[in-house]
Amino acid sequence: MLKVDKELCIGCGICEDACPFGAIQVENGLAVVGETCTLCGACVESCDVQALTLEIAEKHVQDDLQSWSGVWVFCEYRRGELAPVSLELLGIGRTLADRRGVKLGAVLLGYRLGETASRLIGHGADTVYLVDNESLNDFRDDCYSAVTTSLIRKYKPEIILAGATAIGRSFIPGVATDLNAGLTADCTRLEIREEDGALLQTRPAFGGNIMATIVCESSRPQMATVRSKVMKALEFDAARRGEIVVIDPPADLLQSRVRVLESVVGEAAKINIQEADILVSGGRGLETAKGFELLNKLADALGAKVSASRAVVDAGWIPYPHQVGQTGKTVAPKLYIACGISGAIQHVAGMQSAETIVAINRDANASIFNVADYGIVGDLYEIIPKLIAKIEERR
Amino acid sequence: MDYFLSEEQQMIVDIAKQITDERIIPIRAELDEKHEFPRQILNEMAQADLFGVPIPEEYGGFGGGCFDIVLTVEQLGRGCIGVGTAFAANFLGVYPIIIAGSPEMKQKYLPDIASGKKFGAFGLTEANAGSDASGIQTTAVLDGDEWVLNGTKQWITNGGEAQVYSIVAITDRSRGPRGASLFVVEEGDPGFTCGPKEKKMGIRASSTTELIFKDCRIPKDRLIGREGTGFITVMKTLDLSRPGIAALGVGLAQGALDEAVKYAKQRQQFGKPIIAFQAVQHLLADMAIGIESARALVYGAAKHIQAHPKDMSKASSMCKVYATDVAMKVTTDAVQVMGGYGYMCEYPTEKMMRDAKILQIYEGTNQIQRNVIGQELNKEYS
Amino acid sequence: MKIIVCMKQVPDAKDVRLDPVTNTLAREGVQSIMNPYDQHALEEAVRLKEAHAGEVVALTMGPPQAEEMLRQAISCGADSAVLVSDRAFAGADTWATAYTLEHALKTIGDFDLILCGKQAIDGDTAQVGPGLATRLGIPYLTCVQKIRESSASGLVAERMMDDGYDLVALEYPALLTVVKDINEPRVPSIKGKMKAKKAEIVRLSAADIKADPACIGLPGSPTKVVNVFPPPARGERSVLQGTLDEQIDQLVEKLVRYM
Repeated sequence: MLKVDKELCIGCGICEDACPFGAIQVENGLAVVGETCTLCGACVESCDVQALTLEIAEKHVQDDLQSWSGVWVFCEYRRGELAPVSLELLGIGRTLADRRGVKLGAVLLGYRLGETASRLIGHGADTVYLVDNESLNDFRDDCYSAVTTSLIRKYKPEIILAGATAIGRSFIPGVATDLNAGLTADCTRLEIREEDGALLQTRPAFGGNIMATIVCESSRPQMATVRSKVMKALEFDAARRGEIVVIDPPADLLQSRVRVLESVVGEAAKINIQEADILVSGGRGLETAKGFELLNKLADALGAKVSASRAVVDAGWIPYPHQVGQTGKTVAPKLYIACGISGAIQHVAGMQSAETIVAINRDANASIFNVADYGIVGDLYEIIPKLIAKIEERR
Repeated sequence: MDYFLSEEQQMIVDIAKQITDERIIPIRAELDEKHEFPRQILNEMAQADLFGVPIPEEYGGFGGGCFDIVLTVEQLGRGCIGVGTAFAANFLGVYPIIIAGSPEMKQKYLPDIASGKKFGAFGLTEANAGSDASGIQTTAVLDGDEWVLNGTKQWITNGGEAQVYSIVAITDRSRGPRGASLFVVEEGDPGFTCGPKEKKMGIRASSTTELIFKDCRIPKDRLIGREGTGFITVMKTLDLSRPGIAALGVGLAQGALDEAVKYAKQRQQFGKPIIAFQAVQHLLADMAIGIESARALVYGAAKHIQAHPKDMSKASSMCKVYATDVAMKVTTDAVQVMGGYGYMCEYPTEKMMRDAKILQIYEGTNQIQRNVIGQELNKEYS
Repeated sequence: MKIIVCMKQVPDAKDVRLDPVTNTLAREGVQSIMNPYDQHALEEAVRLKEAHAGEVVALTMGPPQAEEMLRQAISCGADSAVLVSDRAFAGADTWATAYTLEHALKTIGDFDLILCGKQAIDGDTAQVGPGLATRLGIPYLTCVQKIRESSASGLVAERMMDDGYDLVALEYPALLTVVKDINEPRVPSIKGKMKAKKAEIVRLSAADIKADPACIGLPGSPTKVVNVFPPPARGERSVLQGTLDEQIDQLVEKLVRYM
């Protein structure tokens, strides 16, 4: 409970400004806590007269907390391919494991896994827990969860990371629920806290407008998912040595209550803006669908792919797989050129990790200029043709 | 302005507004370009219960009156009066049944209309009978247990898309004004066909066709009301539905004003947004005055008609004339405010101006309306 | 057939603005809406109910104002609604939310299917659906983009994968989370709005659902927010100066290394 001491409160409103959720307001000279308070404590720190206190029941700390040890990465294998995010997570996993002085494990589920386990070792894993079984050929939430959960219960790693992919986002929450574990989605930063070795999980909230750092203080394991292209994989090192533990789970864990009738590879997969190094992106400022013809030319000149804001996808000017943003895809290209995009929070959330951001917009006050490294204010229909000409000159 | 709508009335407005904003506006330009009937939108309106608004409760409707329809149609008009006309003409086809039909006939047709399962259309106009409705040539002759219809109707809204048609035909030429009757003709009746869709200046989403009756045979019980009461029922039908047309005008004009103001705030010339210039402000002000006075008149007329069904004609004609003349002027001025952009197909105002013209013509030309008002004044003061 | 739709009232993301001075969310005038993904879940539930003669119950864990959203759900086809509300739920993370919803469902009774939106647009975790299904011990699918067939006992659905989709069959009871592509939510109907106005929303407190206080709200949340801060400022930031041509020249210089 967030308590306001009526004697001490002077109604200055500093807490109102500090609250990221608009949950505390000054009414008739006193701070009043609203329904949307998440007990984050930001206001408590901001109050100059210490009128605010956060009363939280002491949390029961899990009995065997200290006995959980090790960092694990769930490595995703589908249709003969290892998801690139798995290698990226081994990269950050290695850092975390070294910090903790523990081993880095990789969990690999699938069928006909071939040499994949060795690859994981070359990318940083000390141990690979390998489950190669026909029942795991198709992704099904229940058996993937059951097998993974039983491994975690047996080996008790303190930290588990997984890619925030369709598969990861689907079954990892089930695992976390079964283990009564805390799970933080879409982390952009992972670090070890000095004082107690706990995992600090940082993620964007409210469309990237706020960063929140989250900790699981009283429970183990600590689980986090991470989107692709956020972390970096280690270089493959063929000389790295590691152990492969082959697991043969009991039959009941491999059973599933769903049947996969068919797997269809879709068009959407081919428009993979997440793999592009350079993106030329269009928004409402293009004014008509024809604007994309111009952007295509710029993209061609740069060897880039074309992406878009939600507004133009909703307007039907370009299909959904091109959409960047909170309800679209998260991209982290080397170069992102935003044309006629205002820079709404939900869009920025999807592209703010780009190495370099360029913005072209008619409106000098557009929020996109707050995140752009370079901005040009003006009519994109005038600017882009000149830009294309200059680029081609340079070649 | 606040017109103090009841909660139920506000409910209807909110639903119609949501449909207009989410379903009509995004595709109106495409419907116009392709001359495409808005079947999908009409189905959604049916699912939202809008077709039940004026249908009596015992037949599956809400028992709403003229004012409720006006509120609904005004919102639709803001989006596209082509879609609005398709909706309004449905009731034009159904009012004769509500006004003069037997309970059996009402039970047969009204529930399906209320649920949107079937659409209606109204067939009066012919090639040689527009303002002079008494000049119609379509005949209906009783042959045993069947009426046999012969003739051609022209420019019928919802032609080819409706299932239930109210048709005016001469049953006894010698009785003059008492010589016409109304009949229900259904899609599929033998001898009844529809012509191809006409290409029009505006309201292109609306379907306009000929209706052709060649020895069209329909059962005896398809006669609406008593033989010879055709023109009386027609007059009542048109009086009831004119406020709907007026409301389309108000909605259309409002939509045009919205576009014009939005544009005038953005468009910079001579270092300022053009709304800063008096010439533009005066244009916009006059547009706004016209719209609000039209709205007040339409609402007033609709409420009056609901309360005084025997005294509909003058109120009905007045609101139709005024609101539709306002719509034509406001849409034209909206194009003017937007200048070159207003003329381009990429912006909605040129379509609005093309659409507006028909409002001054159909459901009784504005010239005929003025005749009616003049004659009513004459009666009133004698 | 009984279908439960779990929904959440969220701030309308497109109206949420960042106050550039305080770096916090400017929430005045920001409307609360039904989470857009949940609208699609509700629509799908209503379609299933229409096909199989069933019943749709809208369920939410939220503050008292969430009742407005539940009435909107009824106006769009839900038959009844349940609001699980209690101060004790404040600060709940996804684990505690799933716990609370599970207990609410146990109080509501049997069901065939639970539909949820894929994620809430404020939290964005997409964790509650899978968590709830796991607690209930029922099979689930996430990111369903289409239900190909359904019967009174089960269904076949397309669930999105990163490379396309899988066609999966399962039997009830089960839970699905849905994406926007699945359908176009309907506009409320007049009858629906009238029903919504008169509807009695069932209110359940923490005690009503027999929740263990240690498992709800902040005490029940294994994750805890320990710090909130603005996103890091980016490096050198510049709106380029000079004539347009000069600016374009400068830009191309900076971009050379990417070409």
